[in-house]
Amino acid sequence: MRHTINVLVENEPGVLARVAGLFSGRGFNIESLSVAETLDPPVSLMTIVTRGDDQVLEQITKQLNKLVCVIKVMDLVGKEYVAREMILVRVAVKPETRAEILSITDIFRGKVVDVSPKSYTIEVTGDEEKIKAFIELLKPMGIKDVARTGNVALVRG
Amino acid sequence: MKKTGAQILLECLKREGVEVIFNYPGGAILPITHELPNWDFETILVRHEQGAVHAADGYARASGKVGVCLVTSGPGATNTVTGLATAFMDSIPLVVLTGQVPTPLIGNDAFQEADIVGISRPCTKYNYLVTDVRDLARIVREAFYIAKTGRPGPVLVDLPKDVTAGATEFKYPKEVHITGYQPTLDGHMPQIKRAIQLILKAHRPIIYIGGGIITAGAGDELTRLAEMLHIPVTMTLMGLGGFPGTHPLSLGMLGMHGTYRANMAVTDCDLLFAVGARFDDRVTGRIDSFAPKAKKIHIDIDPTSISKNVRVDIPIVGDCKRVLTKMLTLLQEEKGLTEYRRSLEAWHQQIEKWKNAHRLAYNQNQVIKPQYVIEKIYEMTKGKAIITTEVGQNQMWTAQFYLFDCPHTLLTSGGLGTMGYGFPAAIGAQVAFPKRTVIDIAGDGSIQMNIQELATAVHYKLPVKVAILNNGYLGMVRQWQELFHERRYSMTHIGDAAPDFVKLAEAYGAMGLRATRPDEVVPVLREALRTPLPVLMDFVVEPEEGVYPMVPAGEAIDRMLLV
Repeated sequence: MRHTINVLVENEPGVLARVAGLFSGRGFNIESLSVAETLDPPVSLMTIVTRGDDQVLEQITKQLNKLVCVIKVMDLVGKEYVAREMILVRVAVKPETRAEILSITDIFRGKVVDVSPKSYTIEVTGDEEKIKAFIELLKPMGIKDVARTGNVALVRG
Repeated sequence: MKKTGAQILLECLKREGVEVIFNYPGGAILPITHELPNWDFETILVRHEQGAVHAADGYARASGKVGVCLVTSGPGATNTVTGLATAFMDSIPLVVLTGQVPTPLIGNDAFQEADIVGISRPCTKYNYLVTDVRDLARIVREAFYIAKTGRPGPVLVDLPKDVTAGATEFKYPKEVHITGYQPTLDGHMPQIKRAIQLILKAHRPIIYIGGGIITAGAGDELTRLAEMLHIPVTMTLMGLGGFPGTHPLSLGMLGMHGTYRANMAVTDCDLLFAVGARFDDRVTGRIDSFAPKAKKIHIDIDPTSISKNVRVDIPIVGDCKRVLTKMLTLLQEEKGLTEYRRSLEAWHQQIEKWKNAHRLAYNQNQVIKPQYVIEKIYEMTKGKAIITTEVGQNQMWTAQFYLFDCPHTLLTSGGLGTMGYGFPAAIGAQVAFPKRTVIDIAGDGSIQMNIQELATAVHYKLPVKVAILNNGYLGMVRQWQELFHERRYSMTHIGDAAPDFVKLAEAYGAMGLRATRPDEVVPVLREALRTPLPVLMDFVVEPEEGVYPMVPAGEAIDRMLLV
């Protein structure tokens, strides 16, 4: 099962390596990981999306908690939470596809953030389903590049 | 007044109560080496950095204090990795101080530069690179705190040369506060109460203890609890000495080379009470056949050890000593303990049957049997020596035939299985206890992995004894080849190019002795034990003797090979 885990960590050099090393060293899987400073600058928030059965997830959360640089671990599964990801997509444009691309972008509340004679770069934010649908719709037009942030998540309320 | 980084470091070590530093010098660490003679630390110059870490580890295991070593950057630092991994697997508190190239050179592939913080990350409890001399005192303080609290472990502090040569005002941090590091010490009371009720419902209970008992100093509490309830106790390799091996309730070691009675009892028990042990694969064998009928209770200070390999019914996170003390208090209020003890009578009778069915045994004929040597060492030291081992057959025979009654008397690389550990560890233990008898029980293979430390033992007049069980083979691997690989002794016969250990000892200025016949064993041991020098004893033993019982890897532990 897929889990989204929020991890508060010390904002110090080497912390990402400790967390990543824990996953690789113990054979756990990272689907996505995003990290940035919180409002409290010495602390960063990592959102890790991972997969595993209950026993694996129990180990992942325990092992994360055991790291000296980890302050708090929250597995969001079973909780109400919002998760969003941002992607940048560079898609090929031709005169006959231009209008359709713009209208898809509009429907997905995306933004064209860069324009060149042969391509648009589009920014879209959303949950997993939305991002997936957006990519599927653009595929026939010719996607040249995709950059994704991975999920960030917060508990509701 | 300003102090240099080197002075601050040594002042901090002093305040931590450090008495001994195992060290090896080098360019990047020279500011500290230069400062050392101004202080009254006992400094032991080893002959290889791996020896320094194992010696600090042996010192720590024997004394219960934090072991400290100091080495230079690059190869000095990378040579500590095996020692760090050894201590990490066995939860031994160490602070390893490594030199590093000056901060402006870090990342430039400078001479003797290695990213030791990166290299040692997965085999240390925590590690630090000090980039500013003003952080040094706080970091050293934290390093010791982390090393010795919670589940102990090695901490590495990497010290760039400009940091130790730099200077700042010395301020010693009054206390340590690390937000992300708050070990749970007191067990959860409702869980403890549930555990007691579960134990009192059991008809065939077993206590299974590991090294956590020794780390926590909980041997007495455990013994009282076992006696109060009359429950048999089995020990892991790391747990030997945590409960007296000669106690009537002792079943000896369990697992791959455990006793028949311990493995049968664990397989048949209806309650397994695990204390400070971690259900290692060498203990459990095939995991779904390990104590299959038992409800399981597990006390451990490390939450990740609980339900990692085996699901338990009642997990208790906490310090073994504190939790057992609470259990004892609660048990004193229980009525019906006499009845309970009586109800276990049938269980004890069954265990007695297993005990008599297959005892640990060997046949002493015209050739020296390795088990015989260990039995004689046990008798002649009255079980009071500090014993270290190397890894392999020598280690398992020691675990089987030397009955450890006291904690901190068996020093052995349990988790990592590091050949070459025993001899430097014995040196460390001898430094901690100059008056006690310290014996490394070794094989002819493993002793050659850190043989250079003979010079250290001679240099500091440390009367460490080494008993080499010389069978001309890498014996444990040979045994696996015999049993599982068509007796093809590929890469395991080393006897043809063996050094003359007696001459080798003499070349270093130590004493060398040899026994080739059974009747020479006792005289050699007697001579070695009364000599105030390091002694290498070469016991030429039966080449193809095996360690039994043996559970083949991945088998259920009641399926033992008994011959």
